[in-house]
Amino acid sequence: METDFTPIASFFGGMLIGASALLLMASHGRIAGISGIFSRWLNNQDSPTSTNSVFLIGLFLGLPLFSVISGTTPQIQSDSPFIVMMIAGLFVGYGTVSGNGCTSGHGVCGLSRLSIRSLVATGTFLVSGIVVMFLTRHVFQG
Amino acid sequence: MLHYLSAFASGLIFSIGLVISGMVNPAKVKNFLDLAGSWDPSLLFVMGGAIFITLPGYRLLSKSKAPWFANTFHWPTRQDIDAPLIKGAVFFGMGWALSGLCPGPALTVLPSAIPGVIGFVVMLIVGMIVAHHQQRLSA
Repeated sequence: METDFTPIASFFGGMLIGASALLLMASHGRIAGISGIFSRWLNNQDSPTSTNSVFLIGLFLGLPLFSVISGTTPQIQSDSPFIVMMIAGLFVGYGTVSGNGCTSGHGVCGLSRLSIRSLVATGTFLVSGIVVMFLTRHVFQG
Repeated sequence: MLHYLSAFASGLIFSIGLVISGMVNPAKVKNFLDLAGSWDPSLLFVMGGAIFITLPGYRLLSKSKAPWFANTFHWPTRQDIDAPLIKGAVFFGMGWALSGLCPGPALTVLPSAIPGVIGFVVMLIVGMIVAHHQQRLSA
């Protein structure tokens, strides 16, 4: 499935993500890592839970609000079978808690702090993802 | 009130950023990882745009004493490269490629009620619980 290269929209959207991360650190002193916020909220761990809850409510409202204001629905193309999506979810949940972060926590916030752990984690999940993508698209499915 | 409003605004701006950047579309993320096929480098620009703000922003914040609504900054302090970090990142990368989703976009897209995304998030929770249990056992 081809997708359009969108450097300007992607850079601008990225700047909003950066602004969000900066706001959460300035206001609450917290890293805006979604896997961390979500897993701590699930575990009722690392209070104040209310901060995580309110952040997540905001996160859930972004897509509906964007659709209402812009009058457009963003493209969401998912071609993975349901069972593959479930296995993927399991891997992502296990992996982000075990590895203490995801694309936002390690890839954005960690790299911005020049953290060696985040650099290694980001390099590792990029290589892992690229290898799996190569195997599923070019080796086993031709 | 501002305490809650700032956390709410942060979550909202984050997901709107994900929508505008196109990262809520699993096909775009998959194409970013598909170097040998229909490569779409957009995700690099998302990370670039975000770091363009957070790197200098964090530098400025690290000089101030405390955040507006909390006692201390929770800057991560760990520097060690351990096995769970690598193992976790390998699993995360596998799941990321299989679905085209990571936690932020998955939760952002959840209100659209796409069955595959719901299945992903349910198992995301299961995976997180399993990893927490494992951490508690080894602690």
